[in-house]
Amino acid sequence: MAEAIAFYVISAFVLGFAIMVVSTRDTVHSVLFLVLDFLFVAALYVLLNSPFLAVIQILVYAGGIVVLYLFVVMLVNLKRPPEAHQDPHRRTKLGLGLAAAVLLELGAIAGASYSSPAPAVAATAANIPVTGNTEQVGWLLYTSYLIPFEIASMLLLVAMIGAIVLAKREL
Amino acid sequence: MLLSAALFIIGVVGVMVRRNIIIIFMSIELILNAVNINLIAFSAQLQNQVGQVFAIFVIAVAAAEAAVGLGIILAFYRNKETVNIDEMNLMRW
Repeated sequence: MAEAIAFYVISAFVLGFAIMVVSTRDTVHSVLFLVLDFLFVAALYVLLNSPFLAVIQILVYAGGIVVLYLFVVMLVNLKRPPEAHQDPHRRTKLGLGLAAAVLLELGAIAGASYSSPAPAVAATAANIPVTGNTEQVGWLLYTSYLIPFEIASMLLLVAMIGAIVLAKREL
Repeated sequence: MLLSAALFIIGVVGVMVRRNIIIIFMSIELILNAVNINLIAFSAQLQNQVGQVFAIFVIAVAAAEAAVGLGIILAFYRNKETVNIDEMNLMRW
């Protein structure tokens, strides 16, 4: 019961801050609302039995990515708001229409999944010789998912080099 | 699930409606976060840690995407002095 209350409170905060991120005029405020949103999503991860992911979320998103966004927002130094000087009505209607279509689709999926019960659970945690959330995730990451892990590190290296090359003033 | 769907929809609306490319990138981060919530919710429900492993991969890809995307924004801003995506027509002919 307490878990359900906590889930709904955190969910309300997450959705509220997400709406603030998208709707606020000032880009710096938007980035700061994004930090709050990520923190509440991390709280949700703790509630869902994955504290390791919560720590990663705070470190990588709230610590790394948001600082990157803040740097770029400060660097580009917006003198005029981009949406002020053109008519937004046509685009807004198009976007809201597409979003409504996606909402209908997701609603249909949700209704279909409520009518049919979830299949029986096959627990793989029994095959893992260690206990504790972080240990289990690490075990899976370095045994079954070693190749994707290495590919992800390769992707990060390429992204790092690419970002440096793109942001450099001249080669 | 419904929370994840709602967050996803807010991200999609952000991508569609806003013209500032930085806010569009933040909406993409929101979408990836919604996907992560979904993965972890299923991981908790099915007692299966594979979902958390994939959430880690999603976070890594999001970090790479943010770095490259913001590098592109900086390079573009240096050339055109704008972040409005309606004025980004360099490849139009």
